[in-house]
Formats: sequence, structure tokens, C-alpha cells
Amino acid sequence: MNGFPILSVMLLVPALAAVACLFLGASQARWLALGATLVNLALGALLWLNFDIGGAQWQFVEHHEHVFGLFGWSLGIDGFALLLIELSVFLMPICIGASWEAIEKRVPEYMSLFLFTEVLMIGTFAAQDLFLFYIFFEAGLIPMYLIIGIWGGANRIYASYKFFLYTLLGSVVMFIAMLYMSIVAGTTSIPALMAYDFPPHVQTWLWLAFFASFAVKMPMWPVHTWLPDAHVQAPTAGSVILAGVLLKLGGYGFLRFSLPMFPEASAQLTWLVFALSAVAVIYTSLVALVQSDMKKLIAYSSVAHMAIVTIGLFAFNTQGIEGAMMVMLGHGLVSGALFLCVGVIYDRLHTREISRYGGLAINMPRYAALFMLFTMASVGLPGTSNFVGELLSLMGTYQVSTTITLLCTTGIILGAAYMLYLYRRVVFGELKSDDVRAMPDLSSREMWLLAPIAAVVLWMGVYPESFLAPMRKDTQTLLARIDRAKPAGDSLPTKGTGIVPAAHAETAAHGEAH
Amino acid sequence: MNYAAQLAMTLPEVVLSLGALALMLVAAWSGPNATRAISWAAVAVLAGACVALVGPATSGGSAFDGMYRADAFAGFAKTLIYVAAAVAILLAPGFFQRTAGDDLRPEYPVLILLSAVGMGIMVSAADLLTLYVGLELQSLAAYVLASFMRRDARSAEAGLKYFVLGALASGILLYGISLVYGFTGSTLFDEIAGAYAAAPLAGSTKSLGLMFGLVFVFAGLAFKISAVPFHMWTPDVYEGAPTPVTAFFATAPKVAAVGLALRVAITAMGPAAEQWRQIVIFAALASILLGAVAAIGQQNIKRLLAYSSINNVGFALIGLAAGTPEGVAAVLTYMAIYIAMTLGSFLVVLQMRDTDGQPIETIASLSGLSRTRPALAFGLAVFMFSLAGIPPLFGFYAKFAVFYAAVQAGLFPLAVFGIAFSVIGAYYYLRVVKTMYFDEPAGEYGPGDRLEGGLIVATAAIVSPLGYLAIPLLTAWTMAAAKALF
Repeated sequence: MNGFPILSVMLLVPALAAVACLFLGASQARWLALGATLVNLALGALLWLNFDIGGAQWQFVEHHEHVFGLFGWSLGIDGFALLLIELSVFLMPICIGASWEAIEKRVPEYMSLFLFTEVLMIGTFAAQDLFLFYIFFEAGLIPMYLIIGIWGGANRIYASYKFFLYTLLGSVVMFIAMLYMSIVAGTTSIPALMAYDFPPHVQTWLWLAFFASFAVKMPMWPVHTWLPDAHVQAPTAGSVILAGVLLKLGGYGFLRFSLPMFPEASAQLTWLVFALSAVAVIYTSLVALVQSDMKKLIAYSSVAHMAIVTIGLFAFNTQGIEGAMMVMLGHGLVSGALFLCVGVIYDRLHTREISRYGGLAINMPRYAALFMLFTMASVGLPGTSNFVGELLSLMGTYQVSTTITLLCTTGIILGAAYMLYLYRRVVFGELKSDDVRAMPDLSSREMWLLAPIAAVVLWMGVYPESFLAPMRKDTQTLLARIDRAKPAGDSLPTKGTGIVPAAHAETAAHGEAH
Repeated sequence: MNYAAQLAMTLPEVVLSLGALALMLVAAWSGPNATRAISWAAVAVLAGACVALVGPATSGGSAFDGMYRADAFAGFAKTLIYVAAAVAILLAPGFFQRTAGDDLRPEYPVLILLSAVGMGIMVSAADLLTLYVGLELQSLAAYVLASFMRRDARSAEAGLKYFVLGALASGILLYGISLVYGFTGSTLFDEIAGAYAAAPLAGSTKSLGLMFGLVFVFAGLAFKISAVPFHMWTPDVYEGAPTPVTAFFATAPKVAAVGLALRVAITAMGPAAEQWRQIVIFAALASILLGAVAAIGQQNIKRLLAYSSINNVGFALIGLAAGTPEGVAAVLTYMAIYIAMTLGSFLVVLQMRDTDGQPIETIASLSGLSRTRPALAFGLAVFMFSLAGIPPLFGFYAKFAVFYAAVQAGLFPLAVFGIAFSVIGAYYYLRVVKTMYFDEPAGEYGPGDRLEGGLIVATAAIVSPLGYLAIPLLTAWTMAAAKALF
């Protein structure tokens, strides 16, 4: 792989295809989009195979400094970025497949926007320049705004505005912080900034500015309200990419910027993250429990899962950070798959009302089985991807705060409640109406969309080492960087203060003498 | 210094003046039939003026006893002005031919040429009187241009409003000039700067007079760049004037006025930076906020773009508030990118016409444009996202540059509020995109024009991410221009 700019090529392939799509007909655009995303998947596989686990921290580095004046075209990935890029390129062909028949109007533009989104996602994870990152990060708003607004549901215009303005407001404050950092540190290189020590009182402000952006993207309670709207109105593939990858930008941001660049501030404000996350887990899980719209339910469950990510990240230990990454990956797959499952029955009945369904196990057995798998994965059943992540993340948090862990673990119980309740209402019971009875089981296209995700979900659950290995060294690097600010945990063994009974002490002394 | 050398420094103005006078004679003898030929000849004159910029006109230094500066700053601003003026001339024949009512008269390109002479003198002025002469030459030509459709009531109203308010602004500026002259004893920028540096800017009567002079001069300049609170004329004039003229007003005179403001602020009143910075910060934030909020309710695309120009001037002023060479360079960068975005937007507005060729100006008529005219809708979407400053479009870099300068100068609250208000502005740009992409098609527009289509493609290419490749060049050029002021 020496010298081959694979990351640039991975950006170029979908970019060229996105432009070409605009000049093609509907059918050709579909095939071109599928082809381009599959090429990128293949390149992604190549990327992973050539990634030297345990090797240099930054690999596949491309540096063209100052080609844009103050900033340049710098790409490069570590283990975290690698895994998230893999997630993106894995989900993209599935998104294109999910839109194959569901999208009928303005297909070339749709495919073009999805390919454009892929460029921006990969770019965000691969960027090694502060402003290049910002450009990719922020540009993602444009295609998503158009996807929700053009192909969305009834209330799509409100949702698209809310999505755009909410996330924009969060990001612009971060932009000012980035300008400050680049001026003070005299560099726009992310690796250099990750090693730069800002004074602690400045860190707090910078941290808060970044937090404003990432908390909205994540999304954390109470700035999560754009997410249910955006999810409900977006077309199926839009929801998949939104839940699967775009929500990970927030977590990735914490991992790449907040923690290594502002360790003191991160430690100082851990309480804020923990408190918001604990509220999010309990509150949004309860909200999910009473939803009558399937997509909204999954959207709220996403907020709860993302809160598990944030507590893990701010636990300042190996388990927490690796667990958070695993939850991000697992959630990306599982929530994506769940949105696809909703899309499957939505395409047949054109409603997301849970009460309209029931008894699908009778006429759609294959669907019921796959839906069951993803439901269990979302609950965090051992053997599925989410179990690994949630367990690690909560174990990490336990070392720091037992109370927060206690509160957040209720999310698993509540998660089981709302997911199983959803599954019972949709899949079990009697077939209530003729139109539900007439629904055919999964077509082979739909099987091809869900089966790969199911396989990876099980792979991650059974042999998580494949996914843990690439990030192990990066986790240690990160921990070495933030160790100096590590908050004291409340679950560590402490020295007793009670009075030792005299007799006992005597025995002990006696025993020692022997 | 001999006259030949001084005339060489003012060569662009000489070329334009002689060209304008010659074309005026041609126009007088050959009548309206020669309009198209004269338009192309005027574009050629502007191209000649651009060529004349190479050499002493951008590197000569001072001419006419320090009243005129021929430096890189003037060169950069003049390039932008001439390009924008040329586009405004090219747009006119097609527009007037399609539109019922008045035909284009050959005076139009001549007036634009004269206006360009005035603007050139504005950005080169190093003396308050040169400044005033240039400003008035530009303004008088502009008043006539605004009311160029004589039988159209809105156009006449626009011209009258522009004239009355412009005269008021000139009066305020002149009053400020007289105060400054009275208290400093000179009209030369360098000597004024010396007087401001020498005066203790608190307490004494003299300092009070200097302060008043400064405030009035800035108020007059704020009128010309249409910064809040002196922006009221802008929406009416932009709406009423013929669209090619509006495109011209939004670009070339704006660059000239901003260039003039930069030179006065830095060269003449640089020592009083602490004083004028407060005015500039207020004007910047107020312009951004009002330009954003007032645009939300607009139904007319030209009014919307008028508020957008107020909004954009606010962002440009952030760079001036920094008061550093980087800040000045950022303002110039901003204006360069702003011209491309604005010209592009107005080019699309020119395409908004019914099948008879009559212009339509409602935003509602853009409904569903992405399905009836996908390329046109894509173009306007690019310009709107770019004006909103969303990456990866080039408009983002314009904001990047000014905010970088502001943060570098330590103006954090200004930067934070400015960028937060920009989110409000994003709303109305998004509304245009929403109308084009999300709404059902309304009616069809008439067919496009090849020349205008080509210009749209060219401006869209500049605004697209391809523009980023030009950053090193643009930075080098604007920094050289900015250094000329310090």
C-alpha cells in the first residue's frame, strides 16, 4: 500500500459517481450508486487488511499542507477512524439497496446525495486537519437536509429545518473555538493539537464550545429533540445513515477532540456528561416505551444508547473507551437494521403505527426471525454486538461512579421492556386485518440487505477481538494522554477507618509471628 | 514628479474616462441602434482598464501631491470593480430587450463606465477631497442608472429614493470631512493620521471635534456600504432598479465603498482605531442581525438579496473591526467571494421570467424549480448555501477569513455573536432552497439565455469547492493589497 492514496481514492470514487448520477436516468443512477458504494466497500476491506494493527498510530497518511492557504489536505486514520470508516462503507450499499424500490421520484438526485454523504462521512473520519474536518463535518448538513426535505414524510419540511438549524447552531461555536486553537497552537494538524497542552482555564471554554457541537450531533439530552423528528420524517435509508453513521460523529468528536485536546476540562466536566447521560438513559427509555410510531421508538432508543457511549468515553479507562466504541459500532449496525426492518413493513402497508400491525410471525416468518435477532441485539443479549459494548462501557463507568452506573444500567432493563413490547405488538398475536395478512415475506433483495448486518452483529458478539484489536493501541495512547487528569473513582477499595478489635489484632500479630 | 509618471499611475481612470467620453460621442451620433456595439465596446474599455492596472497603477505609490494612491490595495479593489461592472453591462441588453417598456439606451454602458471611474478614484483616494469627488461621480451615475426604466414607477421611485438618501449621506460625510479638516488642518490622509496620533483622545475640545468628525465620516461611509443603521434605502432601491442595475449596485459600488472605508479607517484614522472599532463592531453585529431577521419575511427575491447584502456587509465589517493587515486582507477576500456569489444569484434572478420574457420577482414563483429547471435550481442552491456560509462551498471560506482575523485580534465576543447570528441568516437562504426543492412546481419560466447561462456556470464554479484551490493565490494577493495600507 506504500504511496497509494487509498483514502483520497475512497473519497474520489463516490464523489465522481455523485456528479455522474445527476446526468443519468433513474435505473442507471441506481446501478452506478450501487457500483460505486461496492467499490468503496472493497476499498474499505483493503484498508482494513492493510491496516497494521499495533503499528504506527496514524496510517495511510497523506499530507499536502497549505494547499488551501491556512489549512491543507491531510488525511490519515487510526484504529478508531478505521472502524468507523468500515461502518460507513458497510452501511452505504445497504442504504442504496434499501432505496431501490422505495424511492421512485427523482432517483438520480437521491443517489447523488447519498454518494455525496458517503464522501463527507469518510472525509470526516479521515481528516487530519482541523478545518478539513470541520468542512466535512458541517457539509453533511446539506445532503441530509435535502434528503429529509425532498423524500421525507408528511412533516418533512419542519424536520429538515430543525435538523439543519439545530446542528448548525451547535457547530458554529465549535468553529470559533477551532480558530482560536489554530491561532494559539500555530498549527491546524489534529495529531499536533492532540499533543498540545492548553491552559486549564482556556480548556474549559474550548471544551464547552466543542461540547455544544458534539452534544447536538450525539445527541444528548436535552438537545436531542431534532433526532426523533428527523428520523420519523426521513426515508428509510436516510434514517439508517443518520442513526448508523451520522450520530457517531458526536462520539468520534469526543474521542478525537474533547478528550485528548482538553483532558483537564474533560475531567472537570465529567459530572455534566454523566448527569446528562443518566437523565437521557432513563428519560428517553421511558419516552420510547409509550411511542406508537415505530421509527420514533427506535429514535428514542438511539438517544438512550448514545448516552451509554458518552458515559463510557468519559470513564477515563480502557473498558469505558473500548466499550463506547463497541456500542457505537453495534448501535450503528443494529439501529440501522431496525430502521430497515421498519422500512420493510412500511413499504408494504405505508404506516408506522404499531397498532396497525400484529401477528407478522404467521405470514412473515423470515422477517420475524431477523427482527427478533435485531431486537435482542438492541436489548443487549449476550452473543450480540451490543452486549459487548454495553458491558464494557458500564464496567468502565463503574470504576468511576457507581451511582451513574446504577442509573444507566436501568436503561438495559427499560430497553428490554420497550423493545420486547414493540416486538410483541408487531410480530406476535393474531393477524388483525386483511391487508396485514396479505403482506408477503421478505423478498430476496431485502434478505440481502438484512443478512449481512445479522452476520456482522453475531460476529461482533461472538468474537469481538476482531474489532477490539485495531483500537487497542489507540486506546492506550489516549489513556496515556489523559491519565494525568483522571478523576478518582468511587468504587475503588479504600482504607478502612474503623477500629480494629483488640483480640483480632492480637491474633493477627500472633499469626505474623509464626 | 512629472505629469507623465502621475498619469501613468492613474492610467486605468484615464482609459475609462477617455473611453466613456468617446463612447458618449458615438452614442450621440448613432442613436439607440448602436447600443449593443457600444456595450461590447464598453466591456473592451473595462478590459483595457484592467490591463492598465498592470504596472505603475498598482505599484506607483502617491500621485498628485499625495492625493491619489496607486498601490496594490487599489489594484485589487479595481479589478473586482471592473469585472463586476463588465458583467453588469453584459446583462443589460438581453434584459431590456425582453422586458416591455423602455429599451436599453446607449447611455447605460457609458454611465457604468463613468461610475467605474468614480469607484476607481474612491479606492485610490488618499485625500478627503479626492474621496468626495470619486464618491459623487460614482453616485451621480448610479442615481441615473437606478431610474433607467423611465416609464416604470418603481424604477423612478428607486432613483429618487437613492438620490435623496444618497445626498443626505453625502451631506453627513461632507460635514464629517469639514470637522476633520477643521480640527486637523489637512485633508491628506497621512496628515490626518498624524493629527489623530498626536491628539490626546479624551478631554480636550480638540479631541471632541476629532471624535465628532470621525463619527460623521463613518456614518456617511456606513450609508454607502448600507450598514445598519443606515441601510434603509437598500431594499427599496434594489427592488425598484432594473435587475442588471441591481446586480451592479450589489457588487461594484459595494466593493468601492468598502475599500474606501478600509482606507479611511486604516490610513487616515488608524491611530483612533480604539474609537472607530466600537462603531464598526456595532454596525457589523447590527447589520448581520437585522439583515438576517428582516429578510425572513420577504416575498420578493430582490428584496431578499438586498437584505442579504446588508447581512454580508456586516460580516465584512468584522474583518475591519480586527484592524490588522490580516483583517483587511480578510475583508478583501470576503468581497471577492461575495461578488461571485451575488452576481451568480442575480444572474439566476434574471432567469426568473415568464414565457413572454417579463421578469417575475416573487420567491413563490421558484416553487419546484428543481423539477422544471434542475440546473438553474442547482445553481441557485449553490449560491444560497454559499451565502449562508455552509461548507464545502466557497462562501464558507469568506466567513472563515474574517472570523480568523477577528479571533486573531482577540475579539471573541464579536466572533461568537457574529457567527451565532449567521445561523439566523441561514434560515432564509434555506427557505429559498426549500421553495425550489421541496415545494410542488408552480409555473414554468421562459427559456434561458446562453450568455447568462454561461456566466451562471462560471460563477457557480468559482463558488463551488473548486474555489478552494484558488485560496493560496487569493491570500497572497489580498495580503499584498492589505500591506499597502499599513
